Amino acid sequence: MTNPLESTAPKGRASSIGNDIPDWQPSQLELTRKRIRREQNRRNILVAVGSSFLVLGTLVSILITSPGFKSLSDTFFAWAYGFEILPKVILGFTTNLILTVIAATCVSIFGLILALTRTSRSPALTPFRFLATLYVDVFRGVPMLLIILLVGFGIPSLRLRGLTNNVFVLGTTAVIITYSAYVAEVLRSGILTVHPSQRAAARSLGLSNFQTLRHVVLPQALRRVTPPLLNDLVALIKDTGLVSILGVTDAVRAAQISSSRSFNYTPYVMAAILFLMVTVPLTRFTDRTMRRAIERQNAQGLA
Amino acid sequence: MSTPVLEVSGLRKSFGKDVVLQEISFEVPVHTATVFIGSSGSGKSTLLRCINLLDGIDDGIINLDGEEISDPRINADEVRRKLGMVFQSFNLFPHMSVMDNITLSPIRVQGIDKEQARSAAQALLSRFGLLEKADQYPDRLSGGQQQRVAIIRSLALKPRLLLLDEVTSALDPVLVNEVLSTVRDLKVEGMTMVIATHEMGFAKQVADEVCFLHQGRIVEYGPPGEVLEDPRDSRTQDFLKRVHEAGRL
Ligand SMILES: Nc1ncnc2c1ncn2[C@@H]1O[C@H](COP(=O)(O)OP(=O)(O)OP(=O)(O)O)[C@@H](O)[C@H]1O
Ligand SMILES: [Mg+2]
Repeated sequence: MTNPLESTAPKGRASSIGNDIPDWQPSQLELTRKRIRREQNRRNILVAVGSSFLVLGTLVSILITSPGFKSLSDTFFAWAYGFEILPKVILGFTTNLILTVIAATCVSIFGLILALTRTSRSPALTPFRFLATLYVDVFRGVPMLLIILLVGFGIPSLRLRGLTNNVFVLGTTAVIITYSAYVAEVLRSGILTVHPSQRAAARSLGLSNFQTLRHVVLPQALRRVTPPLLNDLVALIKDTGLVSILGVTDAVRAAQISSSRSFNYTPYVMAAILFLMVTVPLTRFTDRTMRRAIERQNAQGLA
Repeated sequence: MSTPVLEVSGLRKSFGKDVVLQEISFEVPVHTATVFIGSSGSGKSTLLRCINLLDGIDDGIINLDGEEISDPRINADEVRRKLGMVFQSFNLFPHMSVMDNITLSPIRVQGIDKEQARSAAQALLSRFGLLEKADQYPDRLSGGQQQRVAIIRSLALKPRLLLLDEVTSALDPVLVNEVLSTVRDLKVEGMTMVIATHEMGFAKQVADEVCFLHQGRIVEYGPPGEVLEDPRDSRTQDFLKRVHEAGRL
Protein backbone atom coordinates (compact mmCIF):
# COMPACT_ATOMS: atom_id res chain seq x y z
CA MET A 1 0.00 0.00 0.00
CA THR A 2 1.20 3.51 -0.74
CA ASN A 3 1.62 6.23 1.84
CA PRO A 4 -1.89 7.52 2.62
CA LEU A 5 -0.67 11.15 2.67
CA GLU A 6 0.83 10.97 -0.79
CA SER A 7 -2.36 11.71 -2.67
CA THR A 8 -2.76 15.09 -0.88
CA ALA A 9 0.68 16.34 -1.83
CA PRO A 10 0.56 19.31 -4.22
CA LYS A 11 1.13 18.36 -7.83
CA GLY A 12 3.21 20.87 -9.74
CA ARG A 13 4.19 24.26 -8.37
CA ALA A 14 1.70 26.17 -10.54
CA SER A 15 -1.27 25.14 -8.41
CA SER A 16 -2.30 28.12 -6.30
CA ILE A 17 -4.30 28.27 -3.13
CA GLY A 18 -8.04 27.92 -3.68
CA ASN A 19 -7.66 26.05 -6.95
CA ASP A 20 -8.40 22.45 -6.04
CA ILE A 21 -6.38 19.92 -7.92
CA PRO A 22 -9.13 18.28 -10.02
CA ASP A 23 -8.28 14.66 -9.28
CA TRP A 24 -7.82 15.07 -5.56
CA GLN A 25 -9.26 12.32 -3.40
CA PRO A 26 -9.19 12.46 0.40
CA SER A 27 -6.60 10.06 1.75
CA GLN A 28 -7.49 7.07 3.91
CA LEU A 29 -6.14 8.97 6.89
CA GLU A 30 -8.38 11.96 6.21
CA LEU A 31 -11.44 9.71 5.87
CA THR A 32 -10.70 8.20 9.28
CA ARG A 33 -10.27 11.66 10.76
CA LYS A 34 -13.62 12.73 9.27
CA ARG A 35 -15.34 9.78 10.93
CA ILE A 36 -13.75 10.58 14.28
CA ARG A 37 -14.80 14.23 14.01
CA ARG A 38 -18.39 13.19 13.25
CA GLU A 39 -18.46 10.95 16.29
CA GLN A 40 -17.07 13.70 18.50
CA ASN A 41 -19.74 16.09 17.23
CA ARG A 42 -22.53 13.64 17.98
CA ARG A 43 -21.23 13.09 21.50
CA ASN A 44 -21.00 16.84 22.14
CA ILE A 45 -24.61 17.39 21.04
CA LEU A 46 -25.84 14.57 23.30
CA VAL A 47 -24.02 16.03 26.29
CA ALA A 48 -25.42 19.52 25.61
CA VAL A 49 -29.02 18.32 25.30
CA GLY A 50 -28.76 16.09 28.37
CA SER A 51 -27.32 18.75 30.64
CA SER A 52 -29.86 21.33 29.42
CA PHE A 53 -32.79 19.06 30.28
CA LEU A 54 -31.35 18.31 33.68
CA VAL A 55 -30.70 21.93 34.71
CA LEU A 56 -33.83 23.53 33.23
CA GLY A 57 -36.05 20.68 34.43
CA THR A 58 -34.76 21.07 37.96
CA LEU A 59 -35.36 24.82 37.93
CA VAL A 60 -38.92 24.49 36.63
CA SER A 61 -39.87 21.79 39.11
CA ILE A 62 -38.50 23.84 42.02
CA LEU A 63 -40.55 26.81 40.82
CA ILE A 64 -43.80 24.90 40.36
CA THR A 65 -43.64 22.97 43.62
CA SER A 66 -42.73 26.00 45.76
CA PRO A 67 -45.51 27.15 48.16
CA GLY A 68 -45.92 30.68 46.67
CA PHE A 69 -46.25 29.53 43.07
CA LYS A 70 -50.05 29.76 42.98
CA SER A 71 -50.25 33.40 44.12
CA LEU A 72 -47.21 34.30 42.03
CA SER A 73 -48.75 33.03 38.83
CA ASP A 74 -52.12 34.60 39.68
CA THR A 75 -50.52 38.03 40.16
CA PHE A 76 -48.01 38.09 37.32
CA PHE A 77 -49.03 35.41 34.87
CA ALA A 78 -52.81 35.60 34.61
CA TRP A 79 -52.65 34.78 30.92
CA ALA A 80 -56.39 35.01 30.19
CA TYR A 81 -56.47 38.53 31.60
CA GLY A 82 -53.18 39.27 29.92
CA PHE A 83 -54.54 38.48 26.47
CA GLU A 84 -57.64 40.54 27.20
CA ILE A 85 -55.62 43.75 27.71
CA LEU A 86 -52.92 42.82 25.19
CA PRO A 87 -54.36 44.95 22.33
CA LYS A 88 -54.09 48.08 24.48
CA VAL A 89 -50.49 47.31 25.38
CA ILE A 90 -49.65 46.56 21.77
CA LEU A 91 -51.21 49.87 20.74
CA GLY A 92 -49.04 51.56 23.34
CA PHE A 93 -46.01 49.64 22.08
CA THR A 94 -46.44 51.05 18.59
CA THR A 95 -45.81 54.43 20.20
CA ASN A 96 -42.49 53.08 21.52
CA LEU A 97 -41.59 51.81 18.08
CA ILE A 98 -42.50 55.07 16.34
CA LEU A 99 -40.54 56.99 18.95
CA THR A 100 -37.57 54.67 18.40
CA VAL A 101 -37.58 55.21 14.64
CA ILE A 102 -37.88 59.00 14.90
CA ALA A 103 -35.29 59.25 17.67
CA ALA A 104 -32.82 56.88 15.97
CA THR A 105 -33.00 58.91 12.78
CA CYS A 106 -32.49 62.25 14.49
CA VAL A 107 -29.81 60.87 16.81
CA SER A 108 -27.81 59.53 13.84
CA ILE A 109 -27.77 62.93 12.20
CA PHE A 110 -27.19 65.01 15.32
CA GLY A 111 -24.69 62.55 16.81
CA LEU A 112 -22.70 62.52 13.58
CA ILE A 113 -22.59 66.32 13.47
CA LEU A 114 -21.36 66.39 17.07
CA ALA A 115 -18.70 63.74 16.40
CA LEU A 116 -17.46 65.46 13.25
CA THR A 117 -17.30 68.78 15.06
CA ARG A 118 -15.29 67.28 17.88
CA THR A 119 -12.82 65.51 15.59
CA SER A 120 -12.34 68.35 13.11
CA ARG A 121 -9.20 70.43 13.34
CA SER A 122 -10.44 73.44 11.44
CA PRO A 123 -9.70 76.65 13.36
CA ALA A 124 -13.04 78.17 12.33
CA LEU A 125 -14.85 75.46 14.26
CA THR A 126 -12.99 76.03 17.54
CA PRO A 127 -15.99 77.50 19.42
CA PHE A 128 -18.24 74.74 18.11
CA ARG A 129 -15.72 72.15 19.16
CA PHE A 130 -15.82 73.57 22.66
CA LEU A 131 -19.63 73.63 22.68
CA ALA A 132 -19.86 70.08 21.36
CA THR A 133 -17.50 68.83 24.08
CA LEU A 134 -19.53 70.62 26.74
CA TYR A 135 -22.75 69.17 25.33
CA VAL A 136 -21.45 65.62 25.34
CA ASP A 137 -20.03 65.94 28.86
CA VAL A 138 -23.26 67.34 30.28
CA PHE A 139 -25.77 65.03 28.65
CA ARG A 140 -23.77 61.88 29.19
CA GLY A 141 -23.40 62.75 32.84
CA VAL A 142 -27.05 63.36 33.73
CA PRO A 143 -29.68 60.63 34.19
CA MET A 144 -31.98 60.57 31.18
CA LEU A 145 -35.03 60.59 33.45
CA LEU A 146 -33.98 64.05 34.64
CA ILE A 147 -33.68 65.32 31.08
CA ILE A 148 -37.12 63.92 30.28
CA LEU A 149 -38.59 65.67 33.33
CA LEU A 150 -36.79 68.93 32.58
CA VAL A 151 -37.84 69.01 28.94
CA GLY A 152 -41.31 67.51 29.45
CA PHE A 153 -42.40 69.68 32.35
CA GLY A 154 -39.95 72.56 32.10
CA ILE A 155 -40.58 73.70 28.53
CA PRO A 156 -44.40 73.87 28.83
CA SER A 157 -43.99 75.88 32.04
CA LEU A 158 -42.21 78.60 30.05
CA ARG A 159 -45.53 79.26 28.30
CA LEU A 160 -43.70 80.40 25.21
CA ARG A 161 -45.70 80.82 22.05
CA GLY A 162 -44.85 78.42 19.27
CA LEU A 163 -43.45 75.79 21.63
CA THR A 164 -45.40 72.61 21.84
CA ASN A 165 -47.06 71.08 24.87
CA ASN A 166 -47.39 67.74 23.14
CA VAL A 167 -45.89 65.20 25.55
CA PHE A 168 -44.90 62.82 22.77
CA VAL A 169 -42.88 65.51 21.02
CA LEU A 170 -41.29 66.68 24.26
CA GLY A 171 -40.46 63.13 25.36
CA THR A 172 -38.94 62.30 21.99
CA THR A 173 -36.89 65.49 22.12
CA ALA A 174 -35.50 64.56 25.53
CA VAL A 175 -34.54 61.09 24.28
CA ILE A 176 -32.84 62.59 21.21
CA ILE A 177 -30.91 65.10 23.33
CA THR A 178 -29.50 62.38 25.57
CA TYR A 179 -28.79 59.68 23.01
CA SER A 180 -27.07 62.09 20.63
CA ALA A 181 -24.42 62.56 23.29
CA TYR A 182 -23.88 58.79 23.63
CA VAL A 183 -23.83 58.14 19.91
CA ALA A 184 -21.53 61.10 19.25
CA GLU A 185 -18.92 59.56 21.53
CA VAL A 186 -19.19 56.14 19.90
CA LEU A 187 -18.80 57.69 16.44
CA ARG A 188 -15.90 59.84 17.58
CA SER A 189 -14.01 56.84 18.93
CA GLY A 190 -14.57 55.11 15.59
CA ILE A 191 -13.23 58.08 13.65
CA LEU A 192 -10.15 58.24 15.87
CA THR A 193 -9.29 54.57 15.28
CA VAL A 194 -8.87 55.04 11.53
CA HIS A 195 -5.12 55.10 10.99
CA PRO A 196 -3.63 58.50 10.08
CA SER A 197 -1.86 56.97 7.07
CA GLN A 198 -5.28 56.37 5.55
CA ARG A 199 -5.92 60.10 5.65
CA ALA A 200 -2.47 60.79 4.23
CA ALA A 201 -3.07 58.34 1.38
CA ALA A 202 -6.41 59.93 0.57
CA ARG A 203 -5.08 63.48 0.74
CA SER A 204 -2.11 62.58 -1.45
CA LEU A 205 -4.61 61.39 -4.07
CA GLY A 206 -5.94 64.93 -4.11
CA LEU A 207 -9.13 64.25 -2.16
CA SER A 208 -10.30 67.23 -0.16
CA ASN A 209 -10.74 67.08 3.58
CA PHE A 210 -14.46 66.49 3.16
CA GLN A 211 -14.01 63.84 0.45
CA THR A 212 -11.47 62.06 2.64
CA LEU A 213 -13.97 62.00 5.47
CA ARG A 214 -16.84 60.90 3.26
CA HIS A 215 -15.13 58.17 1.23
CA VAL A 216 -12.25 56.94 3.38
CA VAL A 217 -12.58 57.77 7.08
CA LEU A 218 -16.29 57.49 7.81
CA PRO A 219 -16.93 54.18 6.01
CA GLN A 220 -14.15 52.53 8.00
CA ALA A 221 -15.18 54.21 11.24
CA LEU A 222 -18.85 53.22 10.89
CA ARG A 223 -17.93 49.64 10.14
CA ARG A 224 -15.92 49.46 13.33
CA VAL A 225 -18.57 50.98 15.58
CA THR A 226 -21.57 49.11 14.20
CA PRO A 227 -21.71 46.71 17.18
CA PRO A 228 -21.67 49.43 19.88
CA LEU A 229 -24.19 51.45 17.86
CA LEU A 230 -26.51 48.44 17.75
CA ASN A 231 -26.10 48.13 21.51
CA ASP A 232 -27.18 51.73 21.84
CA LEU A 233 -30.19 51.01 19.63
CA VAL A 234 -31.29 48.21 21.97
CA ALA A 235 -30.87 50.55 24.93
CA LEU A 236 -32.82 53.25 23.09
CA ILE A 237 -35.78 50.93 22.49
CA LYS A 238 -35.94 50.11 26.20
CA ASP A 239 -35.48 53.71 27.28
CA THR A 240 -38.41 54.92 25.19
CA GLY A 241 -40.47 53.42 28.03
CA LEU A 242 -39.27 56.24 30.27
CA VAL A 243 -41.34 58.86 28.45
CA SER A 244 -44.41 57.27 30.03
CA ILE A 245 -43.60 59.44 33.03
CA LEU A 246 -44.83 62.44 31.00
CA GLY A 247 -48.13 60.70 30.31
CA VAL A 248 -47.33 59.45 26.83
CA THR A 249 -49.49 56.35 26.37
CA ASP A 250 -46.75 53.95 25.38
CA ALA A 251 -46.64 50.26 26.32
CA VAL A 252 -45.51 50.99 29.86
CA ARG A 253 -48.22 53.59 30.44
CA ALA A 254 -50.91 51.37 28.86
CA ALA A 255 -49.86 48.51 31.13
CA GLN A 256 -49.85 50.83 34.14
CA ILE A 257 -53.42 51.97 33.42
CA SER A 258 -54.70 48.40 33.11
CA SER A 259 -52.79 47.28 36.14
CA SER A 260 -54.04 50.04 38.41
CA ARG A 261 -57.63 49.10 37.58
CA SER A 262 -57.26 45.40 38.31
CA PHE A 263 -54.49 45.34 40.95
CA ASN A 264 -52.88 42.65 38.82
CA TYR A 265 -49.37 42.89 37.40
CA THR A 266 -49.82 40.75 34.33
CA PRO A 267 -50.07 43.82 32.02
CA TYR A 268 -46.51 44.77 32.99
CA VAL A 269 -45.35 41.27 32.12
CA MET A 270 -47.13 41.54 28.77
CA ALA A 271 -45.35 44.85 28.09
CA ALA A 272 -42.03 43.28 29.09
CA ILE A 273 -42.63 40.40 26.67
CA LEU A 274 -43.33 42.87 23.86
CA PHE A 275 -40.03 44.67 24.52
CA LEU A 276 -38.18 41.36 24.65
CA MET A 277 -39.64 40.28 21.33
CA VAL A 278 -37.82 43.18 19.72
CA THR A 279 -34.70 43.50 21.86
CA VAL A 280 -33.67 39.83 22.08
CA PRO A 281 -33.39 39.23 18.31
CA LEU A 282 -31.62 42.55 17.96
CA THR A 283 -29.16 41.62 20.71
CA ARG A 284 -28.45 38.27 19.04
CA PHE A 285 -27.88 40.12 15.77
CA THR A 286 -25.52 42.52 17.55
CA ASP A 287 -23.53 39.62 18.98
CA ARG A 288 -23.11 38.14 15.54
CA THR A 289 -22.06 41.45 14.01
CA MET A 290 -19.55 41.95 16.80
CA ARG A 291 -18.02 38.51 16.29
CA ARG A 292 -17.67 39.20 12.58
CA ALA A 293 -16.10 42.59 13.21
CA ILE A 294 -13.52 41.03 15.52
CA GLU A 295 -12.73 38.32 12.98
CA ARG A 296 -12.29 40.94 10.28
CA GLN A 297 -10.00 43.02 12.43
CA ASN A 298 -7.87 40.00 13.25
CA ALA A 299 -7.60 39.17 9.57
CA GLN A 300 -6.46 42.71 8.87
CA GLY A 301 -3.86 42.48 11.61
CA LEU A 302 -2.28 39.57 9.76
CA ALA A 303 -2.03 41.35 6.44
CA MET B 1 16.51 75.19 -20.68
CA SER B 2 12.93 74.83 -19.43
CA THR B 3 12.01 75.17 -15.77
CA PRO B 4 12.51 72.00 -13.78
CA VAL B 5 9.37 70.18 -12.67
CA LEU B 6 10.54 70.35 -9.08
CA GLU B 7 12.92 72.81 -7.45
CA VAL B 8 13.71 72.56 -3.77
CA SER B 9 16.01 75.05 -2.12
CA GLY B 10 17.09 75.53 1.47
CA LEU B 11 14.42 73.20 2.80
CA ARG B 12 14.43 72.68 6.55
CA LYS B 13 12.11 70.48 8.56
CA SER B 14 12.04 69.71 12.25
CA PHE B 15 9.79 67.80 14.59
CA GLY B 16 9.92 69.81 17.79
CA LYS B 17 13.63 70.14 18.59
CA ASP B 18 14.54 67.30 16.22
CA VAL B 19 15.91 68.76 12.99
CA VAL B 20 15.14 66.05 10.45
CA LEU B 21 16.03 67.87 7.21
CA GLN B 22 18.24 70.92 6.61
CA GLU B 23 19.76 72.81 3.69
CA ILE B 24 18.08 70.51 1.22
CA SER B 25 18.43 71.87 -2.33
CA PHE B 26 17.99 70.00 -5.60
CA GLU B 27 16.23 70.16 -8.94
CA VAL B 28 14.32 67.55 -10.89
CA PRO B 29 14.17 68.40 -14.62
CA VAL B 30 11.30 67.04 -16.65
CA HIS B 31 11.53 63.37 -17.72
CA THR B 32 14.22 62.56 -15.15
CA ALA B 33 14.37 60.54 -11.97
CA THR B 34 16.13 61.70 -8.81
CA VAL B 35 16.84 58.93 -6.34
CA PHE B 36 17.43 59.48 -2.63
CA ILE B 37 19.49 56.94 -0.78
CA GLY B 38 20.61 56.95 2.83
CA SER B 39 20.35 54.92 5.99
CA SER B 40 17.14 54.39 7.89
CA GLY B 41 16.03 57.55 9.64
CA SER B 42 18.01 59.86 7.36
CA GLY B 43 14.83 61.69 6.36
CA LYS B 44 13.85 60.25 2.97
CA SER B 45 10.19 59.66 3.77
CA THR B 46 9.92 63.00 5.51
CA LEU B 47 11.29 64.79 2.44
CA LEU B 48 8.71 63.16 0.18
CA ARG B 49 5.92 64.01 2.63
CA CYS B 50 7.07 67.64 2.63
CA ILE B 51 7.06 67.80 -1.18
CA ASN B 52 3.55 66.37 -1.15
CA LEU B 53 2.53 69.04 1.40
CA LEU B 54 1.50 66.37 3.89
CA ASP B 55 3.95 67.90 6.35
CA GLY B 56 4.61 71.61 6.70
CA ILE B 57 8.19 72.84 6.35
CA ASP B 58 10.14 75.17 8.63
CA ASP B 59 12.11 77.03 5.98
CA GLY B 60 12.99 77.00 2.29
CA ILE B 61 11.13 76.95 -0.98
CA ILE B 62 9.49 74.18 -2.99
CA ASN B 63 8.58 75.02 -6.59
CA LEU B 64 6.44 72.81 -8.79
CA ASP B 65 6.59 73.82 -12.46
CA GLY B 66 7.92 77.20 -11.37
CA GLU B 67 5.05 77.82 -8.97
CA GLU B 68 5.88 78.07 -5.30
CA ILE B 69 3.86 75.37 -3.52
CA SER B 70 5.45 76.04 -0.13
CA ASP B 71 3.44 79.27 -0.02
CA PRO B 72 0.94 78.79 2.81
CA ARG B 73 -1.79 80.41 0.70
CA ILE B 74 -1.60 77.69 -1.94
CA ASN B 75 -4.49 75.24 -2.34
CA ALA B 76 -2.83 72.03 -1.18
CA ASP B 77 -5.55 69.80 -2.66
CA GLU B 78 -4.93 71.21 -6.13
CA VAL B 79 -1.18 70.72 -5.78
CA ARG B 80 -1.58 67.11 -4.68
CA ARG B 81 -3.71 66.38 -7.73
CA LYS B 82 -0.58 66.96 -9.82
CA LEU B 83 1.56 64.69 -7.62
CA GLY B 84 1.32 60.95 -7.33
CA MET B 85 2.65 59.36 -4.19
CA VAL B 86 3.22 55.75 -3.24
CA PHE B 87 4.05 55.21 0.39
CA GLN B 88 6.52 52.99 2.14
CA SER B 89 3.76 51.08 3.89
CA PHE B 90 0.60 50.11 2.12
CA ASN B 91 -2.08 52.67 2.18
CA LEU B 92 -4.78 51.01 0.18
CA PHE B 93 -8.28 51.60 1.50
CA PRO B 94 -9.32 48.31 3.12
CA HIS B 95 -13.05 48.89 2.66
CA MET B 96 -12.80 49.25 -1.11
CA SER B 97 -12.05 46.75 -3.87
CA VAL B 98 -8.89 47.16 -5.91
CA MET B 99 -10.95 48.75 -8.69
CA ASP B 100 -12.60 51.23 -6.35
CA ASN B 101 -9.25 52.10 -4.78
CA ILE B 102 -7.89 53.01 -8.20
CA THR B 103 -10.91 54.85 -9.55
CA LEU B 104 -11.83 56.78 -6.38
CA SER B 105 -9.72 59.81 -7.11
CA PRO B 106 -10.18 59.94 -10.92
CA ILE B 107 -13.95 59.87 -10.41
CA ARG B 108 -14.27 62.07 -7.34
CA VAL B 109 -11.43 64.51 -7.81
CA GLN B 110 -10.88 64.70 -11.55
CA GLY B 111 -14.55 64.19 -12.35
CA ILE B 112 -13.85 61.54 -14.97
CA ASP B 113 -16.78 59.47 -16.19
CA LYS B 114 -17.11 56.24 -14.23
CA GLU B 115 -16.93 53.85 -17.18
CA GLN B 116 -13.95 55.67 -18.60
CA ALA B 117 -12.15 55.56 -15.24
CA ARG B 118 -12.82 51.84 -14.94
CA SER B 119 -11.50 51.00 -18.37
CA ALA B 120 -8.40 53.12 -17.78
CA ALA B 121 -7.89 51.25 -14.50
CA GLN B 122 -8.35 47.92 -16.26
CA ALA B 123 -5.69 48.82 -18.78
CA LEU B 124 -3.26 49.67 -15.99
CA LEU B 125 -4.15 46.54 -14.02
CA SER B 126 -3.56 44.24 -16.97
CA ARG B 127 -0.24 45.91 -17.66
CA PHE B 128 0.83 45.02 -14.13
CA GLY B 129 -0.65 41.52 -14.40
CA LEU B 130 -3.30 42.24 -11.79
CA LEU B 131 -6.45 42.33 -13.87
CA GLU B 132 -7.94 39.26 -12.19
CA LYS B 133 -7.60 41.00 -8.81
CA ALA B 134 -9.75 43.97 -9.80
CA ASP B 135 -12.69 42.98 -7.61
CA GLN B 136 -10.66 41.69 -4.65
CA TYR B 137 -10.29 43.56 -1.40
CA PRO B 138 -6.77 44.56 -0.31
CA ASP B 139 -6.62 42.07 2.58
CA ARG B 140 -6.86 39.25 0.00
CA LEU B 141 -3.73 40.43 -1.84
CA SER B 142 -0.12 39.63 -1.08
CA GLY B 143 2.07 42.48 0.12
CA GLY B 144 3.68 42.78 -3.29
CA GLN B 145 0.34 42.86 -5.04
CA GLN B 146 -0.90 45.53 -2.66
CA GLN B 147 2.13 47.65 -3.44
CA ARG B 148 1.64 47.31 -7.16
CA VAL B 149 -2.00 48.34 -6.79
CA ALA B 150 -0.81 51.39 -4.84
CA ILE B 151 1.46 52.30 -7.76
CA ILE B 152 -1.36 51.82 -10.22
CA ARG B 153 -3.61 53.95 -8.06
CA SER B 154 -1.22 56.88 -8.23
CA LEU B 155 -0.61 56.39 -11.97
CA ALA B 156 -4.35 56.59 -12.61
CA LEU B 157 -4.14 60.29 -11.76
CA LYS B 158 -1.64 60.91 -14.60
CA PRO B 159 0.58 62.81 -12.19
CA ARG B 160 3.05 65.50 -13.24
CA LEU B 161 5.52 64.15 -10.72
CA LEU B 162 5.59 60.74 -9.09
CA LEU B 163 6.94 60.32 -5.55
CA LEU B 164 7.90 56.74 -4.72
CA ASP B 165 8.83 55.92 -1.14
CA GLU B 166 10.60 52.57 -0.98
CA VAL B 167 8.10 50.90 -3.25
CA THR B 168 10.19 47.74 -3.48
CA SER B 169 11.04 47.28 0.18
CA ALA B 170 8.24 44.77 0.79
CA LEU B 171 8.54 42.78 -2.41
CA ASP B 172 10.16 39.45 -3.20
CA PRO B 173 12.97 39.54 -5.79
CA VAL B 174 10.76 38.59 -8.74
CA LEU B 175 8.31 41.35 -7.96
CA VAL B 176 11.11 43.85 -7.34
CA ASN B 177 12.24 43.27 -10.92
CA GLU B 178 8.69 43.58 -12.18
CA VAL B 179 8.20 46.90 -10.44
CA LEU B 180 11.65 48.04 -11.46
CA SER B 181 10.99 47.45 -15.13
CA THR B 182 7.67 49.22 -14.79
CA VAL B 183 9.35 52.22 -13.24
CA ARG B 184 11.84 52.17 -16.13
CA ASP B 185 8.94 52.01 -18.57
CA LEU B 186 7.39 54.97 -16.83
CA LYS B 187 10.58 56.91 -17.28
CA VAL B 188 10.78 56.03 -20.96
CA GLU B 189 7.27 57.38 -21.26
CA GLY B 190 8.56 60.60 -19.75
CA MET B 191 7.41 60.36 -16.15
CA THR B 192 9.29 62.64 -13.80
CA MET B 193 10.05 60.97 -10.49
CA VAL B 194 11.53 61.39 -7.04
CA ILE B 195 12.34 58.03 -5.50
CA ALA B 196 13.50 56.98 -2.07
CA THR B 197 15.00 53.53 -1.87
CA HIS B 198 17.33 51.12 -0.10
CA GLU B 199 17.89 49.15 -3.33
CA MET B 200 21.18 50.29 -4.88
CA GLY B 201 20.64 48.19 -7.99
CA PHE B 202 17.34 49.90 -8.51
CA ALA B 203 18.92 53.32 -7.95
CA LYS B 204 21.68 52.60 -10.46
CA GLN B 205 19.27 51.55 -13.19
CA VAL B 206 16.65 54.20 -12.91
CA ALA B 207 18.37 57.32 -11.57
CA ASP B 208 19.53 60.34 -13.53
CA GLU B 209 20.69 61.90 -10.29
CA VAL B 210 21.42 60.26 -6.97
CA CYS B 211 21.31 62.18 -3.67
CA PHE B 212 22.89 60.68 -0.61
CA LEU B 213 21.08 61.84 2.53
CA HIS B 214 22.89 61.69 5.81
CA GLN B 215 21.31 62.94 9.03
CA GLY B 216 18.98 65.20 7.12
CA ARG B 217 21.56 66.74 4.77
CA ILE B 218 22.40 66.04 1.16
CA VAL B 219 26.01 64.97 1.51
CA GLU B 220 26.63 63.95 -2.08
CA TYR B 221 24.76 64.64 -5.28
CA GLY B 222 25.39 63.55 -8.86
CA PRO B 223 24.85 60.94 -11.57
CA PRO B 224 24.65 57.34 -10.32
CA GLY B 225 27.99 56.50 -11.96
CA GLU B 226 29.71 58.99 -9.67
CA VAL B 227 27.79 58.75 -6.41
CA LEU B 228 27.33 55.00 -6.41
CA GLU B 229 30.53 53.85 -8.16
CA ASP B 230 33.07 56.44 -7.12
CA PRO B 231 31.80 58.40 -4.12
CA ARG B 232 33.99 61.26 -2.89
CA ASP B 233 32.48 61.81 0.54
CA SER B 234 33.69 59.44 3.25
CA ARG B 235 30.17 59.07 4.67
CA THR B 236 28.83 57.94 1.30
CA GLN B 237 31.73 55.51 1.03
CA ASP B 238 30.93 54.12 4.48
CA PHE B 239 27.27 53.75 3.66
CA LEU B 240 27.90 52.01 0.35
CA LYS B 241 30.42 49.71 1.97
CA ARG B 242 27.88 48.66 4.56
CA VAL B 243 25.24 48.15 1.90
CA HIS B 244 27.71 46.13 -0.13
CA GLU B 245 28.50 43.97 2.87
CA ALA B 246 24.81 43.42 3.45
CA GLY B 247 24.70 41.99 -0.07
CA ARG B 248 22.43 44.57 -1.59
CA LEU B 249 24.63 45.68 -4.46
N1 LIG C 1 5.81 62.62 12.79
C1 LIG C 1 7.06 62.61 13.30
N2 LIG C 1 7.31 63.13 14.51
C2 LIG C 1 8.56 63.15 15.02
N3 LIG C 1 9.62 62.63 14.41
C3 LIG C 1 9.46 62.08 13.19
C4 LIG C 1 8.17 62.04 12.57
N4 LIG C 1 8.29 61.44 11.38
C5 LIG C 1 9.60 61.12 11.25
N5 LIG C 1 10.30 61.50 12.34
C6 LIG C 1 11.76 61.35 12.52
O1 LIG C 1 12.39 61.89 11.40
C7 LIG C 1 13.53 61.13 11.07
C8 LIG C 1 13.50 60.76 9.60
O2 LIG C 1 12.45 59.86 9.38
P1 LIG C 1 12.08 59.30 7.94
O3 LIG C 1 10.88 58.46 8.07
O4 LIG C 1 12.02 60.43 6.99
O5 LIG C 1 13.36 58.41 7.62
P2 LIG C 1 13.64 57.50 6.36
O6 LIG C 1 14.89 58.00 5.77
O7 LIG C 1 12.45 57.44 5.49
O8 LIG C 1 13.91 56.10 7.02
P3 LIG C 1 13.55 54.64 6.46
O9 LIG C 1 14.60 54.32 5.47
O10 LIG C 1 13.62 53.77 7.67
O11 LIG C 1 12.18 54.72 5.89
C9 LIG C 1 13.56 59.94 12.00
O12 LIG C 1 14.52 60.17 12.99
C10 LIG C 1 12.18 59.90 12.59
O13 LIG C 1 12.24 59.46 13.92
MG1 LIG D 1 11.15 55.99 4.93
